[in-house]
Amino acid sequence: MIELVNISKSFEGKQILKDINIKFAKGKCNLIIGQSGSGKTVLMKTLVGLHSPDTGEVLFGGRIFNKMTIEQQIDVRKEMGMVFQAGALFDSMNIEENVMFPIRMFQKSSRGKMLDKVNLCLDRVNLKGVNKMMPSELSGGMRKRVAIARAIAADPKYLFCDEPNSGLDPQTSILIDDLISDITHELNITTIINTHDMNSVVEIGENIIYLHQGQLWWQGDKKNVLNTDNKELNDFIFCTALTKKIKENNDKK
Amino acid sequence: MRMLKNFFMEFGAYLLLMKEAFKKPQNMHIFKRKMIYEMQVLGVDSIPIVCVISIFIGAAVVIQMILNLQNPIYPSWIYGFASRKALILEFSPTVISLILAGKCASMIASELGSQRISEQIDAMEVMGVNTASYLILPKIFACLLFFPLLIVLSIFIGLIGGGFGGMANGLSAFHYVEGIRLEFTTYDVVYAMIKTGVNALIISTIASYRGYTMKGGSVEVGIQSTKAVVQSSVVIMIINLLMTNLFF
Ligand SMILES: Nc1ncnc2c1ncn2[C@@H]1O[C@H](COP(=O)(O)OP(=O)(O)OP(=O)(O)O)[C@@H](O)[C@H]1O
Ligand SMILES: [Mg+2]
Repeated sequence: MIELVNISKSFEGKQILKDINIKFAKGKCNLIIGQSGSGKTVLMKTLVGLHSPDTGEVLFGGRIFNKMTIEQQIDVRKEMGMVFQAGALFDSMNIEENVMFPIRMFQKSSRGKMLDKVNLCLDRVNLKGVNKMMPSELSGGMRKRVAIARAIAADPKYLFCDEPNSGLDPQTSILIDDLISDITHELNITTIINTHDMNSVVEIGENIIYLHQGQLWWQGDKKNVLNTDNKELNDFIFCTALTKKIKENNDKK
Repeated sequence: MRMLKNFFMEFGAYLLLMKEAFKKPQNMHIFKRKMIYEMQVLGVDSIPIVCVISIFIGAAVVIQMILNLQNPIYPSWIYGFASRKALILEFSPTVISLILAGKCASMIASELGSQRISEQIDAMEVMGVNTASYLILPKIFACLLFFPLLIVLSIFIGLIGGGFGGMANGLSAFHYVEGIRLEFTTYDVVYAMIKTGVNALIISTIASYRGYTMKGGSVEVGIQSTKAVVQSSVVIMIINLLMTNLFF
């Protein structure tokens, strides 16, 4: 389990995260939703220790992550997988080497076994025949999928995905959602996903956190996210013409 | 006053980064492979420029010696002897180090800098990689091991260039070689190697620091790479002066 206690973070005097307390359950898909600029990425980077919080604690399995020594942090991080919003693929390595990187770095196994694992991961994100290509030769969505394959390659205990399906078509998007959800339940890991994809929210949102202007505004799951009376959350969800119409119809019934 | 404070802050950050970088690599096998790769791009790929520069410097030094030491009281071996001293002690280690600072420091800083701003370093960090050691240490070792070889090559090529320069200006090959071989001491070469090692450390660590700690966008990559070249060149000159004073 991952827990945030009284987390605040500001940049150059501008407060981005305001006193946030959240528990992220194990074996579940935890979704963080919110408008662009609401602080989702900052929150995720604070979770993995790329930003250190001004106040508060980040707890991994009850241990205070942000007060650990570098060696202790490294040990926790070997069990993390993360998909960055922009992919962050290693541009000097081909796709195969990218996905193999976390395995090769820390696990002692034969090249054949590692290759099998790489191909399995690439297969799961529906990518075939790209092993020897360079990241710059792939489309944006393909790069995103390679990033997901890399994040799950070393069987992480904690999976962080910063908008894993932004930039993907609806079908691939659903594929990725299902993949992340399957892995989470299969391996019983703690998964945290930043998203503003409403389909993901209603499909895989087992614990949904709505961030509004850097504050924890609402928390719930996919069953009650569509009929809450929280005004800001409603505005956020039912902002498109399509969703508005559906809601009006539902309200009439 | 503020400049002084900034300097010490940066110097402290530099030392802390080096402390991280000099930790034992997490995966020896990958470290070795990366080091060989770095030797290739930082060392082997510098051979052509080192040869070109050395041959011309060697020729220029010998020609200057001939032009400026024309009094008949000077023995005939003086030109070879003085050129050898100048090449081994100062020209090769210092001038070639400056050339390498221009080539390698900008390369190291811009490579690390673009990895930093495209979040590649962050991505490694989250996987549990000690990025300072993984990215920087192979570069430092590659420079430390390969630059001395480049300097030996440079001395050699420089002396050959000097031979051509001398013969074109009427110096006999016999007297030139006699001068080169006269009272040859290994101490001079050892000194040149120590100096080169120090220069290799200066170039690789300063450039790594500039690249690794980069913030911002692509403009910053250019700014920091230039800073890496300028700062490592200045530090090389200062340290070399101190070493010349110390060793002789
Ligand atoms: N390194 C930084 N320095 C200064 N300000 C930052 C930094 N990173 C983020 N911010 C600010 O924090 C706020 C939240 O940014 P964040 O990237 O977390 O948004 P987000 O919720 O992920 O948005 P999006 O959905 O567009 O990705 C923004 O106003 C941004 O300007
Ligand atoms: Mg974001």
